[in-house]
Amino acid sequence: MQNQKKLKTVSYAKWGYLFILPFFLSYAIFSLIPLADTIRNSFYEYYAFGLKTVGPNWTGLSNYISLLSSDLPKYAWNTFVMWILGFVPQIVVALVLASWFTDARLKIRGKQFFKVVIYLPNLIMASAFAMLFFALFSNAGPINNILLNMGVIGEAIRFMESTLGARTLVGLMNFLMWFGNTTIMLMAAIMGINPSIFEAAELDGCTHLQKFFKITLPQIKPLLTYTLITSLIGGLQMFDVPQILTGGKGAPDRTTMTLIMYLNKHLQAKNYGIAGALSVFLFIISAILCWFVFKMNTDPDPDGSKSAAKRAKKGGNA
Amino acid sequence: MKRRIWYAALMAAMILGLLSGCGSSSGGSDVVPGVEGKILNIYVWNDEFQGKFNANYPEIDHLSNDKSVTFLKDGTEIHWVINPTQDGVYQQKLDEALLKQDRVSADERVDMYLVEADYALKYIDPEANVAMPISQLGITDADIANQYRYTLDAMRTADGEIRGLSYQATPGMLVYRRSIAKAVLGTDDPETVAAAVSDWDKFYETAERMKDAGYYMYSGRADTYRVYSNNVSSPWVKNDKTVVVDPNMMRWVERSLEDTRSGINHNVPGQWIDEWNKDMGPDSKVFCFFLPAWGLDVCIKPNVTDTAAAQDWASCPSPQSFFWGGTWLVAAQGSDNPEHVKDIMLKMTADRDILRSLAVNNGEMSNDQPLMEELAQSPDFGIELLGGQNYLGVLSEVAANIDLSNISSYDQGCVEEFQNTFGDYFNGKISLEKAKANFEMSITERYPWLVGGGVEWP
Repeated sequence: MQNQKKLKTVSYAKWGYLFILPFFLSYAIFSLIPLADTIRNSFYEYYAFGLKTVGPNWTGLSNYISLLSSDLPKYAWNTFVMWILGFVPQIVVALVLASWFTDARLKIRGKQFFKVVIYLPNLIMASAFAMLFFALFSNAGPINNILLNMGVIGEAIRFMESTLGARTLVGLMNFLMWFGNTTIMLMAAIMGINPSIFEAAELDGCTHLQKFFKITLPQIKPLLTYTLITSLIGGLQMFDVPQILTGGKGAPDRTTMTLIMYLNKHLQAKNYGIAGALSVFLFIISAILCWFVFKMNTDPDPDGSKSAAKRAKKGGNA
Repeated sequence: MKRRIWYAALMAAMILGLLSGCGSSSGGSDVVPGVEGKILNIYVWNDEFQGKFNANYPEIDHLSNDKSVTFLKDGTEIHWVINPTQDGVYQQKLDEALLKQDRVSADERVDMYLVEADYALKYIDPEANVAMPISQLGITDADIANQYRYTLDAMRTADGEIRGLSYQATPGMLVYRRSIAKAVLGTDDPETVAAAVSDWDKFYETAERMKDAGYYMYSGRADTYRVYSNNVSSPWVKNDKTVVVDPNMMRWVERSLEDTRSGINHNVPGQWIDEWNKDMGPDSKVFCFFLPAWGLDVCIKPNVTDTAAAQDWASCPSPQSFFWGGTWLVAAQGSDNPEHVKDIMLKMTADRDILRSLAVNNGEMSNDQPLMEELAQSPDFGIELLGGQNYLGVLSEVAANIDLSNISSYDQGCVEEFQNTFGDYFNGKISLEKAKANFEMSITERYPWLVGGGVEWP
């Protein structure tokens, strides 16, 4: 009897495994093994000495200790400041644009056209974009020439040689590159709000501003948090824009040196030990941020029924 | 069951094949002694040598449309691999290629590469074993008897072998703008201008006059750098451990700070950048540049061709003698085209006709001492850019006294980091102490083995 049953069932599971095998294989080869290797390297003294290689020699935690005593916190701060300089205008502009584009009353013409235009900067390679800005804002570049010719300034502004100038330029570029993307995401979120809520509010004499702050914002809060966290993770990896803009120097006085630029400096010297330790630090920070995203996306109480039940129970007890 | 094992084995073989496919064709066995390979790979950092080679080498048949491949008459293809010098990119790519030399197929190997004085010692080190001695190629002392001694001595290692040949001598001179000299000094005659910049005191007297007349004496801190760094008393790094900053470098720091603040220089933050090029252009107010002969063709000419400043230049001796650069051709160890490499090295560095053409057409100070002495005396020889001036007389004496004994393999890193970290100091962004600390940090990032070795300041 039992034997017969076994014959009847056809297991399709093995095909499932077979089909997902390529992903796991390539993940292991291209991600997991290098990751493990990076962590391993971080405990060794391992670098290129001219054309020779020193190490790998086991040194325990010394790479981590030397990193902590370096200017690492300063580079983390630089990264954060430049991220904020880009993120704040990005989210503000994106919110305004998204609410305009989705407002049923404001019949904006050429919506599709504008959506494409604001997204365009994101399609340019970041390094090309940084090259463009480098040329535009250089001491003898067109921006300075225009300002000089209009008589706005007496002598050329040396943007790249002041902390404020260089950081602002990086922030401006990040803003320009990403606000279109954020706008489109927020539009999707706003369009997901039930239009009848807006209608009801309008019937009650709600103003535009009230609608925005009392309905739109609370409704899209989950997506805003998501944008914040993903942007933070992206900001943590900020590299190509400041790297190209400052020629890898993080000038002036390393105030535009980001964490990844610092990592790149060690990689250029083929210093795998220190670079590995730095990568582990970054890995931990990213992991913490990812945990927040994960928590948000796996809400254990999506419709609020559990907490409602809890409240009801509490109320019942009281 | 059997079939399943068979499948698994097949799949494993496929994956292995995928992974190892690129590496499996390698091995040293495909080099046949005496038979030259069909592809010659040359590593360079810009198209300067490539252009000079394509214009002068007699065996060239034609070029590919994008000029990345030069076809020789015997069918050999020369592939040019170009990576920029800045930030050590050229060295990184070259290192990678040289380290896998014995693992790639003969056609993929580096056959020849170019090195500059700033890091040449790293590659000609016999221990590193990536450069072929010229004696091994069959080049004799007689072949290179006319070359400037210093270009050979610089490439001679502890074992007495020479591992690189150069087509140029790179003594420096002061290249100035005739129109500004006329406006401020009253004449553009090289003798008179030379007297006005004959030492640093005179140079700065003239600089004050330039400034009062609304001109800049020179472009930026990087311009005077070589004049100071070539007159140091010891190499940058002692025993591969301790960085020694020469007192002369601190003199450069002091002087550059003053010149930047007082507006004697134009505060251009570096070389090879847009602003530097514009300073050489027709609308510039910058009086002079410190350049070797190659600088005329490579730096100034592209910025002034077909403009009013196309012949507005002249040269005189610099207040202090210096050299800049110097390109050596090196045969890569493991090359499968030694005969071609030998011929290219000999033709480009020791063939009198080619060297004469480089001097006449490119304003190059070619690596042929008797020829240069002959041209220095020749009334017919003159450079258009310099308004027909024969600049070789200015350089011969400097060339005879060039001393490369203080170069080291750290020079490129030290040049870049030193100029960069002190630039912030000149702009008033940081204190001298901070600049020093930044230099110490940058240099140990670039050369990890210097960590803990310390930096000795004068």
